[in-house]
Amino acid sequence: MSARAMTPSDTVSLGGRAASRRLLAVLGCDSVGAYSLLRLERGAMEPGIPGQFFMLEAPGALLPRPMSLCQAPPGELAFLVDPIGMGTRALCALEPGDAIHVLGPLGNGFDLEVERPLLVAGGVGIAPMPYLSEALGRPPAIAGFRTDAQAEAARILLPGAQVAVEPQLVTDLLPDDPGDVLACGPEPMLEAVRALAPSVQLAWEAPMACGYGACYGCVVEIDGRYERLCIVGPVL
Amino acid sequence: MSNGTPILNASGCLDALTAPDVARSLDTFVTKTVTPLRREGNPPPRIAESRGWMLNSIGLQNPGIDDWCEGSLPRLHELGVPLWVSAGGFSAPDYALVCERLDEIDAVEAVELNLSCPNVDEAPETAAELVAAARRTTSKPLYAKLSPATPDIAEAARAVAAAGADGLSLVNTIRGVALDPKLLRPRLARGAGGLSGPALLPIALHCVDACARAVELPIVGMGGVTSGADALELVSVGATAVALGTVLFSDPFAAVRVRAELEAELAARRAASAAEIRGAARESVASRSPSAH
Repeated sequence: MSARAMTPSDTVSLGGRAASRRLLAVLGCDSVGAYSLLRLERGAMEPGIPGQFFMLEAPGALLPRPMSLCQAPPGELAFLVDPIGMGTRALCALEPGDAIHVLGPLGNGFDLEVERPLLVAGGVGIAPMPYLSEALGRPPAIAGFRTDAQAEAARILLPGAQVAVEPQLVTDLLPDDPGDVLACGPEPMLEAVRALAPSVQLAWEAPMACGYGACYGCVVEIDGRYERLCIVGPVL
Repeated sequence: MSNGTPILNASGCLDALTAPDVARSLDTFVTKTVTPLRREGNPPPRIAESRGWMLNSIGLQNPGIDDWCEGSLPRLHELGVPLWVSAGGFSAPDYALVCERLDEIDAVEAVELNLSCPNVDEAPETAAELVAAARRTTSKPLYAKLSPATPDIAEAARAVAAAGADGLSLVNTIRGVALDPKLLRPRLARGAGGLSGPALLPIALHCVDACARAVELPIVGMGGVTSGADALELVSVGATAVALGTVLFSDPFAAVRVRAELEAELAARRAASAAEIRGAARESVASRSPSAH
């Protein structure tokens, strides 16, 4: 018999990262422009490196939702959620007194050894930027959104960031010599940023069932091969 | 083990090399299906979800038997968890080739024949013909993993038993389509995918029940198990082991919980072992079926 005692709060190796699964209390869910900032009691959960993600139990949904950490104030973990589907709407409906299972931190975060960082965000891709900004000493940032309501999130979470709202694009704000770009946003935006900036770290997104390499659902094509984004990314 | 009921993972629902502690929480680890040649699998999107079910369309992504033997096998062996290998292919010779390779490997305790992947083109041969081809190349225990999408699964069970299967794995996912509600187009790149999750449990219960009546083989029951109560239901209709699939995606530590819950369920029923429970539902269903009167 191989089974060994393992309690859910053990920190174990998942996808090559030290992660744990814990039940975290909901402290609040605050409206931030068009999005919601879900604040959880941190407990013994490690916040991880900016750009890493957590799998958040969405009440009523079969599968958890991958979310990068937005803020890590003392005793808290905060996630920015865009209520676009069944799971994300359930997350945005959480209230103090609720508790959800959280698994993480998972995946490959941003490399913080950069000389001239510039943060570039598109839409809800602004999620990992506040935590990243803090880790890098508040470098310059630019953010692009579809609507003013979404752009409100940048004014609250990333004060000082230059903001573009469509039809203006975030790439319109990209300087000629952008330095070391750290970006998160929708795929077309990331491709556009990559075409304009020689040094980039890009945080990609894909539907994920597990977040730790079990399901092979989140693959992206890299050099002609399908690689699991949860293991090799989300920052590539 | 829980009162004699081993807890496994369903093939394709866990990578022991990216989650070694999760693999060690199981009584046996079953690999993702290995085919003769490397496969990149299907293009994304590969998964879709709704209430009570998910679809996957992975398409047997795997390194192929040569690279698997060289790269994965030694590391899997180091984990110290009993190892079953899921073997797949697109023809009888494919299955025979993979099984012949596995036959030489002491670390492999058994081979599960994936006879029913819903996400690739099927082999032209019947399940029984594929089992017979595999049987000729290996003396390892062979488990036949059958699709629930068949008019008479008991007949399929009898056929693979006659062809030399040592056990059954019931059930694989069943093919389905999820549509984007706005675009009314399939959400998966390949269109259809394999349905799993709690919605699959009643289908698994039917298949295990029907096969347990038809053949005297051990049965690994799987399909939508999320709790010890679900596992107990599969045991009661004839499963001798239970495998966890989709639940591992939301809870990597589900085996620990399901094992404890199953033990508690048995204790509450004052059953000393799962064997005592096994067949309970079979007798009660039989006594109420029209043929019993």
